[in-house]
Amino acid sequence: MLQIQHLTKEYVRGARALTDVSFDVPKGQFVAVIGLSGSGKSTLLRCLNRLIEPTSGQVVLDGVDVTAANEAELRRVRRRIGMVFQHFNLVHRSSVLTNVLAGRLGYTNPAWSLLNRFPPEDVAQARKQLERVGLGEKAGQRADALSGGQQQRVGIARALMQDPDMILADEPVASLDPVLAHSIMQYLEQINKDDGVTVLCSLHFLDLVHRYADRVIALNGGQLVFDGLPKDIDDQRFKAIYGKDAERVG
Amino acid sequence: MKNFGALGKSLTMGVGVLLALVIYAYGFQVTQINLDEVQDEHRQQQLFRILRALFQPDIYEYDKEEFVVNAPMYVPCQSAAPAPPAPDPSGPYMALTPACAEPGAEITVEGFNFEPNLTGPLNFIPPSGVSLQMGNLETDAAGHFVITVKLPKRDSDEAQYIRAVTRRNVGQPHFSNNAIETWKKIIETVFLALLATTFGTLFAIPLSFLAARNLMREVTSPFLSVALGILVFPVGVGLGALAAQSVNSVAQVLAGWGSGLSFAGLAVSGFLMWAISRWALPPVEINPPGLAMRVARQAALVVVALLGLLAFYTLANTAISAGTYLESRLSIFGFLGTFMADLGEMLALFVWPVSVLVSGFGLMNLSGQLGQRAIERLSAPTTKILNVLLGAVAGAALFAAIGATIEWIYQFDTPTLTLGWPAAIGAALGGLLAARLPARASLPVGEVVYNLTRTTTNVLRAIESLVMVIVFAVWVGIGPFAGVLALALHTIASLIKLYSEQIESIMAGPLEAIKATGATRLQTIIYAVIPQIIPPFISYTMYRWDINVRMSTIIGFAGGGGIGFLLQQNVNLLNYRDAATQMLAIAIVVILMDYLSSAMRERAI
Repeated sequence: MLQIQHLTKEYVRGARALTDVSFDVPKGQFVAVIGLSGSGKSTLLRCLNRLIEPTSGQVVLDGVDVTAANEAELRRVRRRIGMVFQHFNLVHRSSVLTNVLAGRLGYTNPAWSLLNRFPPEDVAQARKQLERVGLGEKAGQRADALSGGQQQRVGIARALMQDPDMILADEPVASLDPVLAHSIMQYLEQINKDDGVTVLCSLHFLDLVHRYADRVIALNGGQLVFDGLPKDIDDQRFKAIYGKDAERVG
Repeated sequence: MKNFGALGKSLTMGVGVLLALVIYAYGFQVTQINLDEVQDEHRQQQLFRILRALFQPDIYEYDKEEFVVNAPMYVPCQSAAPAPPAPDPSGPYMALTPACAEPGAEITVEGFNFEPNLTGPLNFIPPSGVSLQMGNLETDAAGHFVITVKLPKRDSDEAQYIRAVTRRNVGQPHFSNNAIETWKKIIETVFLALLATTFGTLFAIPLSFLAARNLMREVTSPFLSVALGILVFPVGVGLGALAAQSVNSVAQVLAGWGSGLSFAGLAVSGFLMWAISRWALPPVEINPPGLAMRVARQAALVVVALLGLLAFYTLANTAISAGTYLESRLSIFGFLGTFMADLGEMLALFVWPVSVLVSGFGLMNLSGQLGQRAIERLSAPTTKILNVLLGAVAGAALFAAIGATIEWIYQFDTPTLTLGWPAAIGAALGGLLAARLPARASLPVGEVVYNLTRTTTNVLRAIESLVMVIVFAVWVGIGPFAGVLALALHTIASLIKLYSEQIESIMAGPLEAIKATGATRLQTIIYAVIPQIIPPFISYTMYRWDINVRMSTIIGFAGGGGIGFLLQQNVNLLNYRDAATQMLAIAIVVILMDYLSSAMRERAI
């Protein structure tokens, strides 16, 4: 479903955040992306929907060359890729419902957006998605009135509104209480298993990786250093991914 | 070594202090700081006089009863002169000692039987009839006064007069003319500031997005699109102007058929616009439509735009005629009718530029899409050839337009210099740029627009509205309208800066998230940018209103209407008590505004 070939990103000439990363993801897989901070996890995920323009290489999603897409094509690609962020990235001053509805913007005619209008079906759908993440009664509240865990669930509902084929989750639990991590991860798992949505999720904790991921991609210094099953990460591989001084916790 | 370092440091310090001394000495000289003047007794008297006046603003007054008493006098003494008639002791009279004197001599004037406890001037009236004030008299409880004054150097053979004028307050105090005038002008001032802020904000909000780097940086366009855009923009402007003109004449004809029909036309065109746009702008589109469908939709939108023009012109005409009718019927509230007619006229005035701009930028947008499609379909060499050709033509057009502007300003009257050469240079530059760039390269259009907006607003902001109003006073005449225009222009420039800085400092996260959903640039602005900038925009608008109220109090100094004009007049005529009233009014308004704006700002956030 997703093919990544020789993906390279240079922010400044010579300083590479990603170097020649290639891998394929079949439909419905739950892929964990691991690595130290600054290893290129975020850059990799953002290159897939071109929030960051890759310097070279190719991303192909369902036969569409994302890297060569023009503005209109990119819009159609992006609306099939939901994204969940470490800092939730909700619009604080807007209502929870509006934040969820924003997931439909890729489908909505810009002229309708000018009047701040969404089709009634979308509004109904947004309420349903909020019910699904257990926040049905919060629809009218301002987004910044919610707790961190609730905000992330709104973020997931927004991604679901896109009717996605794939969800990119960039450290979805890193700025939450560790005890809340599983609740958020379970939503992602549910979406992956029940709806057959492919998930690419960058994670810090290896126990979460073991618990949820079908496959692990590990980056170190922008290079792909491991691609395999979670259980295959032994101590030697662990040191290769996280460096010699790293020690396992948990 | 170390010691020398310390010594060096002290030396540098010493030289620095000396230098500072010289700078301040020179500063004292050029600003003419003069402590002798401050201590001069005469100057101090003047200061006290003006301070006393300023603390007695002329707000209320009484109706006055005036008592005039004359006493004839010969200056200088005449030997043949008849003795002055004996004063009538039953009424008020004055005794002069001596009865005649040389010009410039001192005399003593004693008054009897005057109204008690009054003050007033003691004047000398030469044959010409003018009043020369010699002093101020003050009657005691018995109506008696004694004053020694110096005669003016006016000699005459005829009898001249000493005249005492005393005034008594009658009835209740009431607002003086000056207070009423001040009230009228302060109202004018507050509304001047309100209108300037409103107009300024209306223009600054959309323009500020063009001056926000974080939004504009991403706007790029292929070379072909840019070249096409430059070429079609004037065509679009022409078409827009033509459309506005012809639709206006149609609207005039319709207006001639009666107002009932105008209303019907308004309703019908409104409904048609709604129906057609419903069809041409479907809420959701899963698959991109074919070319034929897109062309049909664009055509439908053009029809909607024309209908919109018709509706606006009809609305304007209706408002003008209804307003004029109401103006004559509503007596006291006639200004509401005038306002309605004014709004109609403003609408009619604004439809033309809006039509021109929409059509110009619409066509530019369309040509941009065309360019995009072309480079996707054509091979790289073909694109390059097209780029060079169109780049040359567009460069020529652009430079010729700049040349024409220069010609219009400086009136050189040499077309080869102002049109021929720029066109040639532009063509060469455009072609060269296209040849040097890769065929499918994108140009940073957003950066260019950003820099142009920034530069223009910086230049405008550097010119104070007090200076701008001079130009506007020449254009629309001295008065508050010129003040509104000058303040509005300055408001636009400053608010663009303040607003755009707020846009640049919004949180990038939501922006990224909305972009990731596949939102277009417009949708990203509406759903990620606007919610974040509303509180700072309100706060800055209030702040600007505050500034405009203060500015509008002095913009009258330069012919911009408002209370400043009155204040300046009174200061120039040395009516310090009147000026004090205006200063007091300004202080009250500014303090109230300050309180109001901070209260409203607190609510907005």
